[in-house]
Amino acid sequence: MLGILTLKDIPYNVPILVGTFVGVVIVGLAVLAAITYYGKWTVLFKNWLFSVDHKRIGIMYIVLALVMLFRGFCDALMMRTQQAIAFDSPGYLPPHHYDQIFTAHGTIMIFFMAMAFMQGLFNLIVPLQVGARDVAFPFLNSLSFWLTTAGAILVNISLFIGEFSTAGWLAYPPVSELQFSPGVGVDYYIWAVQISGIGTVLTAVNFMTTIAKMRAPGMTWMRLPVFCWTTLASCIMIYTTFPALTVSVAELTLDRYLGMHFFTNDLGGNVMLYLNLIWAWGHPEVYILVIPAFGCFSELVPVFCKKPLFGYATMVYATLTITVLSLLVWVHHFFTMGAGASVNAFFGIMTMIIAIPTGVKIFNWLFTMYRGRIEFTAPMYWTIGFMIVFVIGGMTGVMLAIPASDFVLHNSEFLIAHFHNTIIGGVYFGYIAGMNFWAPKVTGFKMSQGLGKAAFWFWFFGFFLSFVPLYITGFDGMVRRLNHYDNPDWHMWLIIACIGAFCILCGVVCQLLQIFLGIWNMDKPGHRDVTGDLWDGRTLEWSTSSPAPIYNFAHIPVVHARDAFAYDKEHGIDTRRTSEPYQDIVMPKNTSAGFWIGMIAFVLGFGAVWHIWWLVVVCAILILLIVIGYSFKEDKEFVIPAAEVERIEKEHSRKLMTQVAE
Amino acid sequence: MSENTTMTANGAHHEHENHSAFGFWLYLMSDCILFGCLFASYAVLHGQFFGAPTFKQLLDAGDIEFTTVAYETALLLLSSLAFGFAMLSARKSNKSGTLLWMVVAAVLGAGFLGLEIKEFIHLISKGATPESCAHWSAFFTLVGTHGLHVTIGLIWMIVLMIQVATKGVNSNMMPRLTCLSLFWHFLDIIWICVFSFVYLLSMV
Repeated sequence: MLGILTLKDIPYNVPILVGTFVGVVIVGLAVLAAITYYGKWTVLFKNWLFSVDHKRIGIMYIVLALVMLFRGFCDALMMRTQQAIAFDSPGYLPPHHYDQIFTAHGTIMIFFMAMAFMQGLFNLIVPLQVGARDVAFPFLNSLSFWLTTAGAILVNISLFIGEFSTAGWLAYPPVSELQFSPGVGVDYYIWAVQISGIGTVLTAVNFMTTIAKMRAPGMTWMRLPVFCWTTLASCIMIYTTFPALTVSVAELTLDRYLGMHFFTNDLGGNVMLYLNLIWAWGHPEVYILVIPAFGCFSELVPVFCKKPLFGYATMVYATLTITVLSLLVWVHHFFTMGAGASVNAFFGIMTMIIAIPTGVKIFNWLFTMYRGRIEFTAPMYWTIGFMIVFVIGGMTGVMLAIPASDFVLHNSEFLIAHFHNTIIGGVYFGYIAGMNFWAPKVTGFKMSQGLGKAAFWFWFFGFFLSFVPLYITGFDGMVRRLNHYDNPDWHMWLIIACIGAFCILCGVVCQLLQIFLGIWNMDKPGHRDVTGDLWDGRTLEWSTSSPAPIYNFAHIPVVHARDAFAYDKEHGIDTRRTSEPYQDIVMPKNTSAGFWIGMIAFVLGFGAVWHIWWLVVVCAILILLIVIGYSFKEDKEFVIPAAEVERIEKEHSRKLMTQVAE
Repeated sequence: MSENTTMTANGAHHEHENHSAFGFWLYLMSDCILFGCLFASYAVLHGQFFGAPTFKQLLDAGDIEFTTVAYETALLLLSSLAFGFAMLSARKSNKSGTLLWMVVAAVLGAGFLGLEIKEFIHLISKGATPESCAHWSAFFTLVGTHGLHVTIGLIWMIVLMIQVATKGVNSNMMPRLTCLSLFWHFLDIIWICVFSFVYLLSMV
């Protein structure tokens, strides 16, 4: 009935997990109680969970990402404290638990924090920037979100039922094979990654179609905002490389569930096949994440420097060059495979070449700032911090791209420091800058600049405190994923790294405060963004109100130039075309189908992890029936009458007038 | 998927086109790379028999027959042809013609699937099982994934037949039929690669 699930699989004898469980239950009950107390259940489901509005889905993605950030960051703190005290002692985390923590940290931060945050930013901004009323496939968009969420829940439930993988965030065989990982940990990893991966591919198809087909009239390709270009590049990489992840993990699944021999040690299995396949996805993956972050910087630097982006065309070409090159570097993750000098030289050189288009981008941002009237807002702090941190990360990357030095440094703490240097400095700083920049557009309220800047300083110094010691211990021969050690030279550095992690914790607290205070004060005067154009923006999203109405634009804007809204403001053109008569607007209806498919996919994954086959079959049939049922539905749209559009637009115009009068 | 009409700046009507064919085409390219990875796995692992019956042995013993594979190929290609005729009828809004050709396409597709399952069962009975060695793991996964796609295509075809029968061939139906048509032809292309790289290459 319950497959291989028994009472023994509930870790009630591990104090850390029981404590966490109690905490999660208390917080969960508090949230449920609050929703009930304020009577928000209907609102929650109808307006949010079942929503197909890209702005709401975007906000839900970012909420998911922040929750996952919290989880992943707790894992990081536990690892740092373990390494700080585990000199000549076992520390407080036994190896089996410690291995689960580093695996969960990597898996959660990449798949459920960074990917979710990225898709959240796509959702918030892309339709608004291209002047569209929604994405090309609103239902698929909701489905993508719920599949990602299903994967995230699956990873987190593994804390309390069974265990998580101990095989690292990429589940390298043969460790991840049944022979060495007989538990359900790797299975949790497999199903979480596969279910959320489907969602991610659907997102890529959705946004590529939106950008290719739904741009406002006049928005030629070379007038497309850079953030949309980077979204497009990221989506191209997602849909070309995610199949490689799907196949490598599916083959691992077949090995584990059906006794096949893709990557086993015996009967012809080939471990390096897995490594090649998964890195053919894994390397582009880091560009999938960082390119949209570059897009955020490219949008906000011109706004806060009051001049157009320097070298728009080179920025576009650099983005596309990185897209292509990212597919040609995967072997640098295993130079020690033994592919030979020529192959290693090729991949080493390709890797170093990526520094060139990236350098072009850095100089473009610098030249945009040069002689600009820089407004030092929180997003600008993150941007300038990014330039410092990311360039160091890039340079250590070039060091690792030299096969000879990689032979010494691979799998060391040096590598850990390098990729955190690029992922925190590039991806995280970029997304947070983007969130600070665009949040007022979708929420309608401003976020505290002071707290934003404080968070930046904690993160900036915390980052260096945490990771410079790891560069040093890496050079000193410390390998990654160590549970305990007896080398006295490393001890001091690991204590400093631990202090750095707590410094970052202060930054995270500041960011949470920034969000909570923003919501708390949202209705107080001075905290609202009345104009819809808080920063004197340059692109179309700033031409509509904040928060944007459900239909985004009453009249689809007409684009006359790059930086469409800035051009309109300079030339006195009314982008909103308020004098023209309004028309009925047809919008997609909300639907619960995406939510239910996601939740059933979660149950399906859970059933598959625990070999509860009847449940898997029932869930698969249910999903099929929902999909077919949805395809039979006729009225998927509703009409917003012209009079209602006019009322909303007039109201916004009135607010604009009062603002100007003040 | 909205069919609404909006005014552009110069007052001309601007039809919101249906983007599902474009989006689905993009998805198919992703699926194509998925098959590419499966072919790569097969290329790396083929010939790794480790005591299991080899492809050559099965061929010599008559357990893998060239004619069966040729019939499979013919059935699948004819099925695509039939679906092509269904699309031609659909474009003329000929409901009964569309349905008739879809039934033909589905029957031919089911015939392909039947032959494939029969071949799989026979191979397994001869000891060439997916668990026996890396070669057969890769073989069954590659050919089986194609078969799984054909199965999904058949389910999809039946659903669309019901929709055509109940709703007729209208502007809502055309994009759906176009997507399935793309899918069905795409599976032919994949099969031709399977036929060439898995069967023909091992036979010469």
